[in-house]
Amino acid sequence: MSAAVTEADQTTSTENTGPREGAFGNAVALACRECSHRVDLGPFYACPECFGPLEIAYEFPAITRAEIEAGPRNIWRYKALLPVPTDIEASPNTEPGFTRLLEAKNLAAELGLARLWVKDDSTNPTNSFKDRVVACALSAARELDAKVFACPSTGNLANAVAAAGARAGIKTVVFIPSNLEQPKQVNSAIFTESLVAVDGNYDDVNKLASEIAGEEEGWAFVNVNVRPYYAEGSKTLGYEIAEQLGWRLPDQIVIPVASGSQLTKVDKAFQELIKLGLVEDKPYRIFGAQAEGCGPVATAFKAGTDAIRPVKPDTIAKSLAIGNPADGIYVLDIARRTGGAVEEVTDDEVRAGIVLLARTEGIFTETAGGTTVAVTRKLVETGQLDPELETVVINTGHGLKTLDAISGQVGAAATIAPTYESFKATGIA
Amino acid sequence: MAVSVRIPTILRTYTGGDSEVSAEGSTLAEVLDDLDARFAGIKGRVVDEDGKLRRFVNVYVGNDDVRFLDDLATPTPEGTQISVIPAVAGGC
Ligand SMILES: Cc1ncc(COP(=O)(O)O)c(C=O)c1O
Repeated sequence: MSAAVTEADQTTSTENTGPREGAFGNAVALACRECSHRVDLGPFYACPECFGPLEIAYEFPAITRAEIEAGPRNIWRYKALLPVPTDIEASPNTEPGFTRLLEAKNLAAELGLARLWVKDDSTNPTNSFKDRVVACALSAARELDAKVFACPSTGNLANAVAAAGARAGIKTVVFIPSNLEQPKQVNSAIFTESLVAVDGNYDDVNKLASEIAGEEEGWAFVNVNVRPYYAEGSKTLGYEIAEQLGWRLPDQIVIPVASGSQLTKVDKAFQELIKLGLVEDKPYRIFGAQAEGCGPVATAFKAGTDAIRPVKPDTIAKSLAIGNPADGIYVLDIARRTGGAVEEVTDDEVRAGIVLLARTEGIFTETAGGTTVAVTRKLVETGQLDPELETVVINTGHGLKTLDAISGQVGAAATIAPTYESFKATGIA
Repeated sequence: MAVSVRIPTILRTYTGGDSEVSAEGSTLAEVLDDLDARFAGIKGRVVDEDGKLRRFVNVYVGNDDVRFLDDLATPTPEGTQISVIPAVAGGC
């Protein structure tokens, strides 16, 4: 992978080793979220001063709602706010985003909420919100001249990386815990010949990926060395929700938390929209959802501490099973700053959440969405969500990928002979 | 006790580019002190002013995150592999 543009690169040779002009759009640098130290744009993710996470810093030009609305019906309508070049549509990608925002009246009535929407990201190309982050990571990998596109994953990210890589014609290598749900394994293996199952949990897989990223030249690990670019993709969830509500922010939003990256970036999106004058400034509350078998951020929130104690995950919500969440402390900060909370639910509640969303709104979510719906219910019951305020929940992935979690819960109501009498005998009519 | 320490890219400026170095010590704290004696300043990148592991660095002794063990007091037997890894990877 090419190094960052240094002064020498810029002033000397005709042989250009750095990224091309405009490779990262309006992004101007990488800045440490902890100590503000700045680094040139490049394949860097940890602050050389304090190990803190590097984030993209921008100088945004003036931008209007009309300009955004005139864009394509995918995440590239917000390309001016992302670290991608202005000609991004010219490069093959999976074109995720602009998923439906459904008003969920039945679920609202069930939960006792005045107004509720579901942002349904299960309809993305590989059926999770991960297509958004991967589209941005792919752009960075391409601009940095990466030879291999890779990730450690709890499943959905691997699906998205493998599919996007196939479309882009770049070699992909994806790493997953070996006990992952079978459908998620197949959903990666169909797109790549290099699915690597690791005997260990996600945190072990993540550690391995960090080590490989430190040794192999030319590998773009989407959530390791190009993570600053990748993470920006989640902002588009925030932009879309605001645009689809008619350019305003919701009062309350409930978001599943694994690493905490998505929640952190939805907040960043809301802040940017306010700063750019695209929405009116107003208070909003952000809530995080975890499963009890892997709830290190919820535990810290309730304990009122800033330090997150890593856990060894044990939950059916495998896509949320990160025991050592990198952005956990920012989730705590955001929940506290906005008057939100981080709550957790049992695996049985997760299953009940999946069934509830399906039977009220016709949306089949995976365990992460089940967690989010169940946490929303708990937040209402415990008085943490205000039932009079407008609420959005994010459904981040599709239930067909986690069928096992639910198949014991639902099934045929009766098995009958093909006769009218047999049917009558069931009492269903 | 001689151990082997894997160095992340952002600390390799201290080790002259080496990705793996050896060090001595019977606990992680001693190993870090020994490393600092050879590569002045490296310890200050891994631990903060209060002498605690920085928030965004993970240290593994063998395959285990030392936060699950005894933190800086974690024993480092002869031949142990220690890895220092930035904690900001992830997103799943
Ligand atoms: C379906 C789904 N929802 C939510 C998350 C959590 O995302 P984050 O790591 O950004 O907190 C994941 C992570 O894999 C996921 O797959």
